[in-house]
Amino acid sequence: MELESRTVGLRPLGHLLQAVLENRSQANSVFDILAVLQSEDQEEIQEAVRTCSRLFGALLERGELFVGQLPSEDTVLAGPQGATHKYKVWMRHRYHSCCNRLGELLAHPSFQVKELALKTLMKFVQLEGAQPLEKPQWEGQYLFPRMLFRAVVRGLLSPEDDCSLLLSQFCEYLEYDDIRYHTMQVAMGIMARVISQQAEVSTTFWNNSFFLLSAMSLPHQECDLTNFYVKHTQPSDKWKVVHLKEHRKAFQEMWLSFLKHKLPLSLYKKVLVAMHDSILPHLAQPTLMIDFLTSACNMGGAISLLALNGLFILIHKHNLEYPDFYKKLYGLLNPSIFHVKYRARFFHLADLFLSSSHLPAYLVAAFAKRLARLALTAPPEALLMVLPFICNLLRRHPACHLLVHRPQGPELDADPYDPMEEDPARSRALESCLWELQTLQQHYHPEVSKAATVINQVLTVPEVSIAPLLELTAYEIFERDLKKKEPKSVPLEFIPARGLLGQHDDLCAQLFTLT
Amino acid sequence: MGKSKPSRVRRQAPRAPAGPRGGPAKANPNPFEVKVNRQKFQILGRKTRHDVGLPGVSRARAIRKRTQTLLKEYKERNKSNVFTDKRFGEYNSNISPEEKMMKRFALEQQRHHEKKNIYNLNEDEELTHYGQSLADIEKHNDIVDSDSDTEERGILSAELTAAHFGGGDGLLHKTSQLEGEDRDRPKSRKELIEELIAKSKQEKRERQAQREDALELTEKLDQDWKEIQTLLSRKTPKSENREKKEKPKPDAYDMMVRELGFEMKAQPSNRMKTEEELAKEEQERLRKLEAERLRRMLGNDEDENKKKPKHMSADDLNDGFILDKDDRRLLSYKDGKMNIEEDTQEEQSKEPDSQENDQEDGEKGENESESREDPEESGSTDSHSDLESNVESEEENEKPNKEQRYTPGKKMLSNDEKIGKAARTELPYTFAAPESYKELRSLLLGRSVEEQLLVVERIQKCNHPSLAVGNKAKLEKLFGFLLEYVGDLATNDPPDLKTIDKLVVQLYNLCQLFPESASDSIRFVLRDAMHEMEEMIETKGRAVFPGLDVLIFLKIAGLLFPTSDFWHPVVTPALVCMSQLLTKCRVLSLQDVVKGLFVSCLFLEYVSLSRRFIPELINFLLGILYIATPNKQSQGSALVHPFRALGKNSELLLVSNKADVSTWQKGSLSLQWASKQSAPTAAEANHARLSCLAVCLALAKRCVFMYGTLPSFHAIIRPLQALLTEHLADCSHPPELQELCQSILSEMESQKPLFQPLICEKSKPVPLKLFTPQLVKVLEFGRKQGSSKEEQERKRLIHKHRREFKGAVREIRKDNQFLARMQLSEIIERDAERKRKVKQLFNSLATQEGEWKALRRKKFKK
Repeated sequence: MELESRTVGLRPLGHLLQAVLENRSQANSVFDILAVLQSEDQEEIQEAVRTCSRLFGALLERGELFVGQLPSEDTVLAGPQGATHKYKVWMRHRYHSCCNRLGELLAHPSFQVKELALKTLMKFVQLEGAQPLEKPQWEGQYLFPRMLFRAVVRGLLSPEDDCSLLLSQFCEYLEYDDIRYHTMQVAMGIMARVISQQAEVSTTFWNNSFFLLSAMSLPHQECDLTNFYVKHTQPSDKWKVVHLKEHRKAFQEMWLSFLKHKLPLSLYKKVLVAMHDSILPHLAQPTLMIDFLTSACNMGGAISLLALNGLFILIHKHNLEYPDFYKKLYGLLNPSIFHVKYRARFFHLADLFLSSSHLPAYLVAAFAKRLARLALTAPPEALLMVLPFICNLLRRHPACHLLVHRPQGPELDADPYDPMEEDPARSRALESCLWELQTLQQHYHPEVSKAATVINQVLTVPEVSIAPLLELTAYEIFERDLKKKEPKSVPLEFIPARGLLGQHDDLCAQLFTLT
Repeated sequence: MGKSKPSRVRRQAPRAPAGPRGGPAKANPNPFEVKVNRQKFQILGRKTRHDVGLPGVSRARAIRKRTQTLLKEYKERNKSNVFTDKRFGEYNSNISPEEKMMKRFALEQQRHHEKKNIYNLNEDEELTHYGQSLADIEKHNDIVDSDSDTEERGILSAELTAAHFGGGDGLLHKTSQLEGEDRDRPKSRKELIEELIAKSKQEKRERQAQREDALELTEKLDQDWKEIQTLLSRKTPKSENREKKEKPKPDAYDMMVRELGFEMKAQPSNRMKTEEELAKEEQERLRKLEAERLRRMLGNDEDENKKKPKHMSADDLNDGFILDKDDRRLLSYKDGKMNIEEDTQEEQSKEPDSQENDQEDGEKGENESESREDPEESGSTDSHSDLESNVESEEENEKPNKEQRYTPGKKMLSNDEKIGKAARTELPYTFAAPESYKELRSLLLGRSVEEQLLVVERIQKCNHPSLAVGNKAKLEKLFGFLLEYVGDLATNDPPDLKTIDKLVVQLYNLCQLFPESASDSIRFVLRDAMHEMEEMIETKGRAVFPGLDVLIFLKIAGLLFPTSDFWHPVVTPALVCMSQLLTKCRVLSLQDVVKGLFVSCLFLEYVSLSRRFIPELINFLLGILYIATPNKQSQGSALVHPFRALGKNSELLLVSNKADVSTWQKGSLSLQWASKQSAPTAAEANHARLSCLAVCLALAKRCVFMYGTLPSFHAIIRPLQALLTEHLADCSHPPELQELCQSILSEMESQKPLFQPLICEKSKPVPLKLFTPQLVKVLEFGRKQGSSKEEQERKRLIHKHRREFKGAVREIRKDNQFLARMQLSEIIERDAERKRKVKQLFNSLATQEGEWKALRRKKFKK
């Protein structure tokens, strides 16, 4: 075998290809070509893949492959059929082995080889789809090379390697409606099989699957899906693949089957991030996501925050009745809220949730008080956002003005607000005042201090839009401070420096030494 | 033509003696010619020019003028020949009639002359003056004065008269006598005359020579007189150059006198101040500065600038258009009292003045005291120190704001200088200002600390801004280079903190000289640090503590600029930077803990005066305390970002070794720890951990002190309190730390919470808009009131143009009427003439016919 491939390597593959295509008697040269596919050398493999692509591409176009249920090779060769029949069956078997090998090559360490194999396989899919290798059972039946395509997708969803690069190549094909449809179906099947086969599924597999799934995007409008990869001579209305409804069904089943399994935590976050704008709108029945989202919301931490967005869409558009929603939201407010990555998203949603003017005053007061309490631990960029947020709450609900203006209130020796209470109704926030904002007037950053002094005056009616403040980062604040032009000359310290730690009543000098 | 009205008034005025009501009354007494324009209202101060008109007169004048001009043109309309008046200057009014006649005469003469000479080519005209040829006169080189004529005229010798009037007989006779004696030959008349002429000429020459002598003598006399005159009076005539040359040189005495006269008189100086007075002044100055600092800390000035209500006029369209700056103020209230801005403004304006004065005073005092001390110093030390002290005093002069004399640091410095004197002798005394950081580095590297200081100092002195033009920029750059050098020193292993410690003084001095550039360079390094961190967060998702250099920069920024300002171009970004360090950077090692604690310490120091609240600091201290306790699930709830409740580093500061705990001694934490790369021994590390904990507790205590008065103090410190009680329960700490914990806790307890209900400030009653009428200066009555000056001018011009246009149209119309009238009268005249002629013809024909008929009748009768 080794020797053979070596000798074949000497003979150019092009000659072999020509010989096979010109003369059926030279058909045995196919073995030589297939042998090179097994080679170790990257260059040789690429050459062989290209040759195979041309060879079988030509054969598929000519129709020189057997069509229909493929009989086993030995029976046919021994059988009484004509030479042409035998040749076709034999060649079809070679085609199969070639495809198998190409499927294996999708896991090749070299990316070039992988890419080339993928392209070749997709070319075969196209050609085979145009000239199906199976007989239609009735007139106008929709035929798609499912077996071949399954092999391709299986190669992509590898449990071992991270295929993100290859998948991003594959995403080009997902623009075609038929490819997308079949990918959804096939991927679902593959995931089901992987789960049933392996007890412990690797995270790589899930990552690959998620990559593929998230790349899928259905058209928003109802329209005819005619952008097909496989060109059909007579497209028909009766085919499932033409209807968006069917696509949606497939999409929904795919996601449900994906989410059914126990996923790694990071993947849940990714799914939830994408949920509101790329998953929920495309589902046939979005309400099926209720269970998933509520359980995610109950998990606590960042996942709960992220689940809010999907939940909101369900409540808002799909009439979901969610008991104790505000209580849960209230429970989500903890000190880390100002430090997590999804701060902007959360506050955007919180603003939406609390924008209703029909909320009870105690609830709004509890939220305001809780946020103010949390603001005592927040960095300046979060404070610049949350202070206007609280003021907006107060503006919307005049009943809550008591929090900042209690003319005949008794002097208290303890804050009546109970921070440990989980139910906003029993937190006694309305009896309290926002002393936290008064504290924050002493904040070291001038803008925060200014934002907090707003409560000293009667709040003006128009609300302050917090949208531009949501994405504020400390770096932006820093840059803004740097760019701010000082009106006069720079004030200077008048106590002369005596050294690094030599200053009078220097705290650093008390606690640190230079040596 | 249209503009004749005003000139008419002018022309009439001199003709008529002044009457009570102007022209018409006296010049034109006919009351039927006068048209009075009735005035509807009498308006005081309005000058009316057209109250009385003379339509008849003006019409007559217009007609006269037209007959003179238009009619003439009309009559000559078919004539092509033109009359040109070529008389010289006939229509030129600039030339007076006499001149005109002179010029005309000259021209006439010239014309005559030219005509005569056209063909007379050979003859050259001899110009004469009083009968003498001008060429002759020129030959004598003699300017004939006018008095020479009189002289000549006076001397009418008998001879001459005889020669002139005597018909030549006497002369003839006399000469013949003379000649007769010499020679018998009688002389012809011609000879005689020639002789006479020669004689007279000789006489004349003699006279001239005599006169020249006299002239020379007078001139000499004049010169002599002038020489004397210069001596008599100091004023020298300026016009004569010759005299300047001969101006006598001022002698030494004169010079001395003058110098003494112009010498500055001794100014009365301030008396020397006593120590107490100096101290008092210093105290006063510091008080002023402190007041200024407080004002900036409260950040009130910004509000003051903004909230000044502006004066609004009733005519104001509220479109923000302001004609002029308005310095009136609307009545406004502050704290229930009327806001009287003038006072505060005055105070404000006074403040810097007095401050300046103070500074000047202080400067003077210092200089004096310094100069007083100088001799002592130079006397006591050797020659080198002499030079040094000079240099020092120079420095004092340069930097008036410094009070080095009162700072022990400076003294220490001078001690150091003495020690390093030997080494210093090798240093050159002048240094060029480094143009790049590398130059500075090469200058400083490899020298001892004292030498480095000296080099920097000398660079400063050699390039003082007062010495050359470009020095300011050089020294401004020097600050940046020094800062970079400090950064380099801090990143070295081990960091050269001693040198930095000394260089800070230089940085401070430079900063006092060039605040703008210093703040720019510090902002630049801070931006660099922040940028680096931001990049790291973007790429890796987390940041680590930066090197020691950034911390040192932050510290230096705090030393150079007032940290208590409400807003400061350097300090505010530095605060944000520190906040970022405390919230974004992971605490992964002991070094990180030390750096973090140093940053927290800096943070607290920054706000020590303004007592501002720093949430990040509390969070960080909480985290540090947390990693010093064994993990428990319950406490982790209050932890925020850089710390995690569970994980690899969640017990970083926990010391489990009892022996190390017992051997630890309380002390300051070394900054060297922050940059130590090598792993210390376990015992050292444990000691460092305990020191960190001690620092952390000290900072916490400080926080408790500082924030005790905040309204939500208890909400802020509750997590700290919980952790500290935990600490106490866990009794593995050394006794000092336990004491510290206890004291903090008791301090926390002692702060009585006081919850005053919040009350909004009563919104100020919005004062009614006081609409005072807008007063606009009326420049001209009528419609020509534009908004701006250009607009006014434009309108005025448009109006003028329209008026002129109308006038012109009217004039043209009148011209046409006049012409039509003329044509009509011509036609009428022509017709009348024709009728007359026809009549005449008919008459003659009738008489002819009559005669003929009579003749025929006669014939028939016959």
